[in-house]
Amino acid sequence: MTSTIILLYVYTSTVIPMLFKLNQSAGQPLYLQLMQQIRHAVESGALQHGDQLPGIRTLAEELVISPTTVAKAYSELEHDGLLELRQGSGAFISVKRRAQGEMQRVHQAGRQVRRLINELRESGIQENEIRRIFEAELLYPAEVLSKR
Amino acid sequence: MTSIPVIETKDLSKSYGHVEAVRSLNFSVKPHQITAFLGLNGAGKSTTIRMLLGMIRPNSGHGFVLGHRIDDAHESVSLRRKVAYVSENKQLYDYMTVEQIIRFTRPFYPDWSRAREQVLLGAYELPPNRRIRSLSKGMRTKLALLLALARKPELLILDEPSEGLDPIGIELMLTSLVEQNSEGTTVFFSSHQIPEVERVADHICLLHRGSLVLDASLDDIRQSYRQIDLVFPSPPDESDIRLAGVESIRASGRQMSVLVSRNAEMLIERAHALHASSVEVSPIGLREIFLQTVKGC
Repeated sequence: MTSTIILLYVYTSTVIPMLFKLNQSAGQPLYLQLMQQIRHAVESGALQHGDQLPGIRTLAEELVISPTTVAKAYSELEHDGLLELRQGSGAFISVKRRAQGEMQRVHQAGRQVRRLINELRESGIQENEIRRIFEAELLYPAEVLSKR
Repeated sequence: MTSIPVIETKDLSKSYGHVEAVRSLNFSVKPHQITAFLGLNGAGKSTTIRMLLGMIRPNSGHGFVLGHRIDDAHESVSLRRKVAYVSENKQLYDYMTVEQIIRFTRPFYPDWSRAREQVLLGAYELPPNRRIRSLSKGMRTKLALLLALARKPELLILDEPSEGLDPIGIELMLTSLVEQNSEGTTVFFSSHQIPEVERVADHICLLHRGSLVLDASLDDIRQSYRQIDLVFPSPPDESDIRLAGVESIRASGRQMSVLVSRNAEMLIERAHALHASSVEVSPIGLREIFLQTVKGC
């Protein structure tokens, strides 16, 4: 499994070192991985309202990935209301109230997963087995899950 | 953003004697994207590229590059003005120095960027006064890249650009491609190096024995291509498993490993209906897809 870790410095007054980890063989498009990591950075508080992200071109060059990938991630995040793209001046994090509700749901989900993992551990299932089950279930197409 | 293809071929074919180098090739390259042209050595990649540039004529079929017919000698001139090409063997005038060839090339191209030229000269650490004859293979490649990139072309075609480059050189080359692409240049490069393709490409065209065997976006590959490992108490017939989207099946005893390009959910349902005792879905990398597709042909 190959992954690229690149420390990225945002060149503004709100300098935030941002860590991106792209996994080429995760079975997930790179633009989705970027989106999730930016979203997670917002949920964890690493990125806050008004913080600036590097421009499409800068980020593509830093990560050595196609600019189309970065553009797609940014425009989807903009569509979700998490990012504001300003012509010529870059991308800014925008945490609206609705997005904050989303954050609470994610925190809630985190607690649920933690509880489940604890239960499984207590029942004697090995950690690597739990990880494998989670990963396998996540890769199960949603269409099949709903019929199960 | 226009969506008229930058490169388009219709039944393009080329034979050398009895050898069919390219067979009835149909493919297109979208503007502003980075498209990788994958294939084993001798798959027909260079022949295709040379046809696209009007350097050799197809036996049959048509092709268009930036709206120009590739088999028309007059159009070929204006085409070459808009397309920068880095060839496989990076042929350059051996007797010139690095500085001389840059000075020689510059006036041919009105869009030549002196700024870009200077930045690349520094980044690639090219010695201006060294004769090309005495440059290493990697340095020749970097020089050929510089001459192509400083032109700010509409389309950049590279034939095995990483050949002869060390890991740092490859990194520099890939960064240059990304940089060029973010300025609006469409990039089309041939390669058999999966890791570099996986990193920067938007789209993959896989050529095998002169035919196109895979034409997909990397997003689609990552999203839809799956390996599904199945265990059956008694193995079913392969024809029961061969649904639409199944690319290859490997069976061994009670185990079956299936590569699907889409419809993973249908196969999973079928497997359950056939009483599979275990169904595991995993993502599959470009390397496995490449090997299995090439082997299966």
